[in-house]
Amino acid sequence: MAEKIALEYQFQHKHIFGIEQLSVPDITHILATARSFREISSRPIKKVPTLRGKTIVNLFFEPSTRTRLSFEIAAKRMSADTFNISAATSSATKGETLIDTARNIQAMNPDVIILRHSSSGAPQLLARYIDASVINAGDGAHEHPSQGLLDMMTVIDHKGRIEGLKIAIIGDIAHSRVALSDIIGFTRMGAHVHVAGPQTFMPCHIARLGATVCSSVQDAVKGADVVMALRIQMERQNDSLIPSLREYSRFFGVSRTLLELAKEDVIVMHPGPINRGVELNPDVADGGRSVILEQVTNGVAVRMALLYLVLGGSKGSDGQGEGR
Amino acid sequence: MSRVIQLKNGRIIDPSQQSDEVADLWIKDGIIVDHRSVDGENAEVFDLAGNWVVPGLIDMHVHLREPGEEYKETIASGCRAAAAGGFTAVACMPNTKPVNDNSSVTRFICEQAASCAARVYPVGAISQESGGERLAEYGEMKAAGAVAVTDDGQPVVDSRLMRRAMEYASSHGLLVMSHAEEISLSRGGCMHEGEVSTRLGLRGIPAAAESIMVYREIALAELTGARVHISHVSTEQALALIGNAKARGIKVTAETAPHYFTLTEQAVLGYDTHAKMNPPLRTEKDRQAVRAALRDGTLDAIATDHAPHSVLQKEVEFNLAANGIVGLETSLSLSLVLVREGVIDPVRLVQLMSCAPAAILGVAGGSLRIGEAADVTVIDPQRRFTFSAEKSHSKGKNTPFDGWKLQGKAVLTLLAGKITHRDL
Repeated sequence: MAEKIALEYQFQHKHIFGIEQLSVPDITHILATARSFREISSRPIKKVPTLRGKTIVNLFFEPSTRTRLSFEIAAKRMSADTFNISAATSSATKGETLIDTARNIQAMNPDVIILRHSSSGAPQLLARYIDASVINAGDGAHEHPSQGLLDMMTVIDHKGRIEGLKIAIIGDIAHSRVALSDIIGFTRMGAHVHVAGPQTFMPCHIARLGATVCSSVQDAVKGADVVMALRIQMERQNDSLIPSLREYSRFFGVSRTLLELAKEDVIVMHPGPINRGVELNPDVADGGRSVILEQVTNGVAVRMALLYLVLGGSKGSDGQGEGR
Repeated sequence: MSRVIQLKNGRIIDPSQQSDEVADLWIKDGIIVDHRSVDGENAEVFDLAGNWVVPGLIDMHVHLREPGEEYKETIASGCRAAAAGGFTAVACMPNTKPVNDNSSVTRFICEQAASCAARVYPVGAISQESGGERLAEYGEMKAAGAVAVTDDGQPVVDSRLMRRAMEYASSHGLLVMSHAEEISLSRGGCMHEGEVSTRLGLRGIPAAAESIMVYREIALAELTGARVHISHVSTEQALALIGNAKARGIKVTAETAPHYFTLTEQAVLGYDTHAKMNPPLRTEKDRQAVRAALRDGTLDAIATDHAPHSVLQKEVEFNLAANGIVGLETSLSLSLVLVREGVIDPVRLVQLMSCAPAAILGVAGGSLRIGEAADVTVIDPQRRFTFSAEKSHSKGKNTPFDGWKLQGKAVLTLLAGKITHRDL
């Protein structure tokens, strides 16, 4: 079946704004492509010439270590030239608008712009003014599509499928772009996504996106194949969303006791960086169920696939990542 | 020699005289007159068969941006847009720079407007600099031409100040208009809180932010016995409160804007900043409630909240974009949709867009009675056209209706008998 899709299928997206725009064949194809690229990262010489001569700009208006590094490594392993612009050094601090920044970067003819921005929808705005492909590396509380894809890849690695699985997502759903990408992605691929956390962290009408809202974390975790804990931003305490991290940890943190309600072969995921002892107990984060570091490894492969595909690559599950 | 105009064979719709019939309307020297009192021989004749002849439309809620932000709109350009949209009068909000919180600004607006294509009724600020702390000088502003007070765009947070405003305004016979928004609930929000805001990852403004404040205004109107007008109502909840207050005899009136009965939160998909306004576009259920309220009288008026901005405020990230859209040149056409769909009849349309605004503001107009100034709008309800923001008269091109195929428009606008717009 996968072979058949690969034969007839053509990846059509110039930009990656979110999982929302991706169909089941799109997601299947991206993940197949990522799997074929993953092997490159374990070679002694971790470089293929696939994107030689391509210029990729990391345009980050929010601080980020791992996502920026992951995209940069992905691009470099495919021989693209990469440049990093971060908010601290960009013209944003001098009052330049996003559109003016975009036009200036466009004048230097990049092929892909990877954008991280605090405003939801910023990637769409950018794409209207430039010819380059835009990949969303996280926009406001909207989406973080490469994270959603690497999460799906990691689940498939362990479970062999997504369809029919029970996925529990615990924590600050309302302020998390990872949660939205995961809910949309896993639901679209046929999983049953259950969300739980204090009501202050539940977005309006999230059930209409296909998620089941649980009244307790216990209900969400019961019989789950995957438990994902989301990062709690420290400043949420000041926003009257939770009274204290201590109380949050006690009632909503993912602990070993809680995990006993899940399936025996449950895996524990987290988009990072972890607040140890808040949303995830240390014994869980470092325990045998945790696949958090595999998520990071898969992140590079997924981002290689996205760069390759938006730049017109079409090979999917042929198992090789070398040039064309 | 006197100037005589004969508007011939039009369907004259004038709720102020309970008239709706095909007849001629005669104008002499800017005044509506009895045909027997004029010599028709030298009259300028417009054959208006198939058109409606109605009292000049009045938009009781516009932002003209002058003084201070003339790059967005001027009183002159706003009035040209008004005339093109069939309006003969507008009431302009005080959030200019400086704020219209004293008689010198009020007088400036009136002087600028004197030679413009529409009557301009300034609305003064409730509080000095709309800062929500100290009352502005209502008596002085009224003497200079103000017809109402509001801190539009800046909700009055302090309930005691709002109470005093209602009491003091009633002493001067001024109307208090309320921008009803509980900002502790809406702060940081940039669209309606609902399914679409969740999908787009945008901070939402719940319907409760409007209804809580609408209820406060009603309670204060009941307490003080003053009348209060609720601006730009957008939610079913608020409409229920207003309907209930009216049934109890409280002196409350309310307006809505065409976008609230035309669009919903869905228009924001794609992060279109032309669908960003405050209050935000709501749900389909709210839209239907607004339509029903226009029909049953819970809502008294259609006003545009015409809010011109330049691209500088709109071609930016959605959460950073300015609120508001222009409306003067699309209001009538969008309202005529309600007539075609049978929600309201043409008489009700004229009440909503002319008679009621005049009565609520306490200004002339809203009638084609003999002896009145000839502020007249001629509407061709059949005319089809494609609205082009680029070709519009307003300096603001910020509209979600650019390129919309519309039906029905003003084809002739007369201000005291003078032609301010003609598209016959």
